[in-house]
Amino acid sequence: MSKVHVSATVNGDPVEFLADPRESLLDCLRDHLGLTGTKEGCGTGDCGACSVLVDGTLLCACLVLGVEAEGKTIGTIEGLAQGHELHPLQRAFIDHAALQCGFCTPGILVASKALLDQNPDPTEEQVRFWLAGNLCRCTGYDKIVRAVMDAAAEIRGA
Amino acid sequence: MRYHKPDSFVEASRIASAAGRYRFLAGGTDVLVQMRAGISTPEDMIDLKGIPGVGDIARTPEGGWRIGVAVPGAVLGRHASLKADWPGVVEGMNLVGSTQVQGRATLAGNLCNGSPAADSVPGLIAACARVEVTGSTGTREILVEDVPAGPGRTTLAPGEVVSAILLPPRGAGGGDAYLRFIPRTEMDIAVVGCAVSLRFADGVITEARVALGAVAPTVLLVPEAAAALIGTQGDGVALAALSAAAMGAARPISDRRGTAEFRKEIAGVLARRAATIALARARGEPA
Ligand SMILES: Cc1cc2nc3c(=O)[nH]c(=O)nc-3n(C[C@H](O)[C@H](O)[C@H](O)COP(=O)(O)OP(=O)(O)OC[C@H]3O[C@@H](n4cnc5c(N)ncnc54)[C@H](O)[C@@H]3O)c2cc1C
Repeated sequence: MSKVHVSATVNGDPVEFLADPRESLLDCLRDHLGLTGTKEGCGTGDCGACSVLVDGTLLCACLVLGVEAEGKTIGTIEGLAQGHELHPLQRAFIDHAALQCGFCTPGILVASKALLDQNPDPTEEQVRFWLAGNLCRCTGYDKIVRAVMDAAAEIRGA
Repeated sequence: MRYHKPDSFVEASRIASAAGRYRFLAGGTDVLVQMRAGISTPEDMIDLKGIPGVGDIARTPEGGWRIGVAVPGAVLGRHASLKADWPGVVEGMNLVGSTQVQGRATLAGNLCNGSPAADSVPGLIAACARVEVTGSTGTREILVEDVPAGPGRTTLAPGEVVSAILLPPRGAGGGDAYLRFIPRTEMDIAVVGCAVSLRFADGVITEARVALGAVAPTVLLVPEAAAALIGTQGDGVALAALSAAAMGAARPISDRRGTAEFRKEIAGVLARRAATIALARARGEPA
């Protein structure tokens, strides 16, 4: 199988990698670019652990081919903090203990950031519907929802 | 697998015609899942997203709509005037998957994947939508109900590609709606789906189309159910006749999602409720 050369921008940095056309964007991020913050849960779009932004749209990286990333701007969990300064969402997740095993957390943070970027003042119901594609088997979701609401309030106030 | 990104539908169709096992790639939310499961092992993957216009939603000169084959559900849901004309079509597509899936999944992919439970297809059929199909001999238009051929199969000839979804002009007094039953509120496959589109003029329903999902090998257009509405005011008697016709037309299987008896009954319930919403929309009342 001949590999395809892909150039993209990830978290603001230009990147290049060689992709087998069958590889998902998730495989490429993790195995070719070493960005292992994006997790593989189900690999079939059901769990949201691999949530990333592609040209500003929230997607499951497991449902995108790596070769489709050519020329695209990609945002992953590694781009959320500013250096050592955690994003308000990240701080709120720690303050609320909105995680236990943590496997779903990167995807939920990326998805929540996408929500707050387009709706800075969501209702609890809007948060729950937005995150319906992000499964968490530890927390029961309440702490996650509260953390997102709190982070939203902090960002609005700041 | 070879990855192709043609810049025209003619070229996409040409690549497909010359290929063995191929798949067109729109949002990939069915194709990639099937590849991972080993159900699909394409040698050629033909990405349609590089073709000019595939991301557009445009009003046709006649007052209908031409929707590009790469327009994802989330973009349809944000299009106020399309939603005002065809709320049932848009709400059907918006039920597909999660926020993440909505960022990619398309009407054309939902249709061409050939699932009897595809959530956008009953609404398209009720709306009398057509698809433009491009093949080696040019383009043709066919009704959406003529596309599915059975689970996972379509009537498209080898190499043929859907190049646009076409919705007719809505016109005055029109309303449509789609409802599905699932055991939870999000992220599940329809146990039954039902779409109704109708026109209400001078106190009576003058036109109606009713489509049922997940109760037969393909999404069904049910003319008997529509006939129960046409010429009536959409009153209780008409709705009861509609329910009976929908239940009679349903030929479901029993599986782990529901028994055949349950599905039949739900088909009747959803038909009545969807017709009630469509009628309210047609009369400009809150649904
Ligand atoms: C987590 C999850 C949840 C889901 N939930 C639902 C749901 O609730 N309801 C539902 O109905 N579906 C659901 N789906 C299935 C899927 O998302 C939909 O069927 C979607 O609309 C498919 O569109 P796509 O653009 O991603 O198709 P793709 O995967 O790109 O394509 C699907 C099929 O259609 C063919 N195709 C695509 N475009 C064309 C074209 N223009 N011409 C000819 N052939 C074409 C492809 O070759 C392929 O065989 C879900 C999927 C996932 C992963």
